[in-house]
Amino acid sequence: MSIKKISKNQPEKFEFNNESLKLANKIISNYPMGKQQSAVMAFLYIAQRQNDNWIPLSAMKYIAKYLEMPYIKVYEVATFYTMYNLAPVGKYFFQVCTTTPCMLRGAYKLVDVCKKKISQNENVVSNDGDISWMEVECLGACVNAPMMQINDDYYEDLDEKKLDKIIENIKNGQNIEPGSYKGRKSSEPENNRITLMDSKNA
Amino acid sequence: MLEDKDRIFKNLYNDFGSDLKSAKDRGDWENTKDICQKGRDWIINEIKDSQLRGRGGAGFPTGLKWSFAPKEVGNRPHYLVINADESEPGTCKDRDILRFEPHKLIEGCLISSYAVNAHVCYIYIRGEYINEGAKLQQAIDEAYKDGLIGKNSSGTGWDLDIYLHYGAGAYICGEETALLESLEGKKGQPRLKPPFPALIGLYGCPTIINNVETISVVPTILRRGAKWFSSLGRERNTGTKIYCISGNVNNPCNVEEEMGVPLKDLIEKHAGGVVGGWDNLKAVIPGGSSMPLLPKQICDTIKMDFDSCVENKTGLGTAGIVVINNDQDIIKCMARIARFYKHESCGQCTPCREGSGWMWRMLERMAKGEASREEVDMLMDVTKQIEGHTICAFGEGSSWPVQGLLRHFKKEIEERNNFNPLVNTGQKNPYLVDQHLLEKENA
Repeated sequence: MSIKKISKNQPEKFEFNNESLKLANKIISNYPMGKQQSAVMAFLYIAQRQNDNWIPLSAMKYIAKYLEMPYIKVYEVATFYTMYNLAPVGKYFFQVCTTTPCMLRGAYKLVDVCKKKISQNENVVSNDGDISWMEVECLGACVNAPMMQINDDYYEDLDEKKLDKIIENIKNGQNIEPGSYKGRKSSEPENNRITLMDSKNA
Repeated sequence: MLEDKDRIFKNLYNDFGSDLKSAKDRGDWENTKDICQKGRDWIINEIKDSQLRGRGGAGFPTGLKWSFAPKEVGNRPHYLVINADESEPGTCKDRDILRFEPHKLIEGCLISSYAVNAHVCYIYIRGEYINEGAKLQQAIDEAYKDGLIGKNSSGTGWDLDIYLHYGAGAYICGEETALLESLEGKKGQPRLKPPFPALIGLYGCPTIINNVETISVVPTILRRGAKWFSSLGRERNTGTKIYCISGNVNNPCNVEEEMGVPLKDLIEKHAGGVVGGWDNLKAVIPGGSSMPLLPKQICDTIKMDFDSCVENKTGLGTAGIVVINNDQDIIKCMARIARFYKHESCGQCTPCREGSGWMWRMLERMAKGEASREEVDMLMDVTKQIEGHTICAFGEGSSWPVQGLLRHFKKEIEERNNFNPLVNTGQKNPYLVDQHLLEKENA
């Protein structure tokens, strides 16, 4: 089980804005009448998105009221799942996969780069306030290892130099490109594909 | 090697794009109406005849699972739930189906929902797959717009709604009853079985839960016939499978191959060989991290299907092949897997919650050479205490890889950890920190 730290600085009030409300009402209609509790996971995501990628306690209270369920049940869900951030994270949130398939291909070298260039410890926002990083378990892109997730996107086939470049680009305010950093397409073998050749040439 | 014409996932590498038009060009949605009009019994029998086994890890016969759903809809509606919570380390096949072949999945959803009398289908996708989910949603919207699903789907007279539900980074939600709990908006902690979900599942209603790959191959099987599918592979291990080959290989990749393809062929032909040559191979995890690893001598000959893996005391699982070569420290690799299980245990059953942490800490010490001789046997004992004593299969999943390590690499652990309890060395030490190791008989 993982430990989740809850931020000490909590905003007093939280409410969905219009955009979030629209999304929330659409999601509630996905579930049968009276089973609106199913929407709690999606609601927490909406709150997280609205609030700079983290969920304050007041948002949990708001959601509990909205879905007519006990506050503790929302709290349970928010602390059980790892993707809900209960404390502020960087504007660029690095999640480095270090589970065995990535580790075999050098994921811990990426962790070293993060320690050196971002912050010595996980979940600490860097001095310029833009980046924070953490180690996560398997992200499900094992044939593109080592890889990491930055906000919504996957960055694949990395090494120290390429990660270094990504961090530099962010610091210089340049765009970063998601996808494979070896230039390969999706998860096909890099240079000796022997299947589906007709489609390749099509 | 499987011929290209027999491959089901023609767009595995995204040569064509995943939109509806190109999917139709590849044959999806071609005669969905005719297939459904042949009736439920025909569909279920055809799937039974094809001997399709679930692709999510357990390998349960799909046709049989469907036939467990009540034949008539009573006062409770039926549900179909697709398990797209792919989180087993070493596995990334569903990701490619979701982003490149979403229409195979959606068509499969329609046919399967029809077969099990479900009007609503939920696809539980892991939270990290944000872009893949967006691609799938786009495909669902296209299908609604084209009348392929929704009211009177594809002219079959059957109404079907498909909804996406995002998980939030919990491995345990890949377990079917934990997935249902999560869908109901609770913590993902597995339920006791029985009752099985086929009778009492989502919201207490009959629910059929299948993996993405299983459902995605259904339309092609029905179109080309159960005979074609069962002609591939061998008895009880039929059809094709997407293998994910990762770790210390030259060209890690996903590839669709026939069931029962030799492991050596997969690694040498498709993945460009082991880094440092075949002789540099140390071990292979054949089916995602929860399956016991295999040492090189077995890898030389093993065929990748359900039954041959079981004969070699492992399992095909999700067919996520992780290759480990001699440059790696095998004990450290397994310690990292143990850490994964410690992190992901849901905490409901004591043996798993506590035991997964014990295994991790012992393995970390063994990797450093700080463990005592007795601890090697004690570790085996711990795995046996977890296995079979938990509500769900996570207990087995976390203890099997450790058992595999002990089965094949015990010598290596013992060589590194030859530290004996202080008393045995004859020193008069007043603080017996490891006294408990000596009192096994009294324990």
